[in-house]
Amino acid sequence: MISAGMDVGSKTVKVVILKDGRIIGKGIATAGLEADEAIQTAWEAALKEAGVSREEINKVVATGSRREEISGFDDEVSEVTADARAMIIVNPEIRTIIDVGAEEGRAIKVDSGGKILDFAVNEKCAAGAGAFIEAMARAMQVSIEEFSTESLKSDKTIPINAQCAIFAESEVVSLVHDETSRPDICGAINDAIADRLASMARRVLVEPKVALIGGAALGIGLQSSLKEALELDELYIPDDPEFLGAYGASIVASES
Amino acid sequence: MNQEQAKKEYWRWDETNWSNKDIDWKAAKIITGGVDVGSVSSQAVIMADGELYAYANTRTGYNSPESATNVMNWALEATSGMKLDDIQFTVGTGYGRVKVPFANKAITEIACHARGANFMYGPTVRTVMDMGGQDLKAIRCDERGKVLNFLMNEKCAAGTGRGMEVIADLLEVPIQEVGQRSLDVEEDPPPVSNTCVLFAKSEMMGLLKRGYSLNKALAAYCSAMAYRVYTQIREVDVEKDFVITGGIAKNSGIVQRLEKLLGIASLKTEVDYQLAGAIGAALFGKVLYEKSKK
Repeated sequence: MISAGMDVGSKTVKVVILKDGRIIGKGIATAGLEADEAIQTAWEAALKEAGVSREEINKVVATGSRREEISGFDDEVSEVTADARAMIIVNPEIRTIIDVGAEEGRAIKVDSGGKILDFAVNEKCAAGAGAFIEAMARAMQVSIEEFSTESLKSDKTIPINAQCAIFAESEVVSLVHDETSRPDICGAINDAIADRLASMARRVLVEPKVALIGGAALGIGLQSSLKEALELDELYIPDDPEFLGAYGASIVASES
Repeated sequence: MNQEQAKKEYWRWDETNWSNKDIDWKAAKIITGGVDVGSVSSQAVIMADGELYAYANTRTGYNSPESATNVMNWALEATSGMKLDDIQFTVGTGYGRVKVPFANKAITEIACHARGANFMYGPTVRTVMDMGGQDLKAIRCDERGKVLNFLMNEKCAAGTGRGMEVIADLLEVPIQEVGQRSLDVEEDPPPVSNTCVLFAKSEMMGLLKRGYSLNKALAAYCSAMAYRVYTQIREVDVEKDFVITGGIAKNSGIVQRLEKLLGIASLKTEVDYQLAGAIGAALFGKVLYEKSKK
């Protein structure tokens, strides 16, 4: 049985191909205003790695905020379900999942059987989403990678007063003009988004162990800020944290 | 110079200074100043015996004390030889009110806006909506310009001037033209659905790609913004006479849509809508100066 999960997010498309419970191919591509091209690119990459053709795939399940815009799948599943289904397999000890996508953030509470107990979603506001980090990195004219590593060199805590990404951008520009050091500004931005994520996560009552997934989970600066904001000793980051949703969808697809 | 810097600044609104040549300030008994250092714009007003004599309106820089000094110097430049020392009492207001180096006192912008609106539009004003760069205030006041009740949103750029600037820049439409162009459509399109300005930007790029004209995209944004503001101010009873102050009052696309939603027309004035806070501050300055001399 070969199944696939496709996660059509606001910024990237992820495809995971599953054979007998094992991941045999993955693909990711950045989507523009239309997702079609990215879907094709992500599929090609995943099929190539898996060494199978699209016809050999028995079932495709889609997830992600932009799945309504597209066709080419057999069934769909919510992002929350997809995340939870993947996490129980990747690390069954996780009780709280924090998923940071480009334009959405969600916190999901699961029990030992992987059942969803509660969840909270922010999809209205860029504060607490990957788009916030991107906007700030752009305002500072640093790459996302540089942004993340620079942040770890910071030894000062500087508050960003604004929650709003647009206002925070002005604050960041002011900090740049004040000749605040780059690492300190990057650290301040990661602390700001971590605060937003922490307050969202607290709505579901955070219980360890906690996992951070989604594209933003790759940022080591954010990992450290979030650990601090939630007062956690450890924060679990799975391999390929941006693929969890697609993986969960592929698991759902394999069950029918 | 990189590309970003070379790009035209569509968000940039007109900065001005002015003085009333009919007033001989040297004959005035009391000269007071009001400086409103906002998060986006700063205004300085000079009043001679309670009459508007001179003002300047500029963008706030990265340093509040410097912005306050610059805007006041620019207002002084418009006068016939007045010096800072000729001003007997200055009140600071706005976001940076405590950072006005030459101010004798700081007063909150809520009180100053109500007082300033009373001066600009007359004693019939009961509701002042100040749509500023980074906040939105709805103020209920009495016939003397005294605050009865107010609400404020300063958390989110949706519904603020800063958000509008971002959109003007995105669509490369000079901000002065946004309002008029948004009204130049046959029928209002559905409002932009994203509240967050950052997300609204992507949505608007999508609208343009789907064949929206610039005017139609602006109409979609202005509708959304007017509706957003409307839902936020419903908590205070918007009672007549109603006025809109702040930079957004210069955007007819927002003003007209908001008036339609509220079912109330707003009063208009010849005075620059952005001056309400600074005028209120200068008027408070006069009262405080008179008290100090008693």
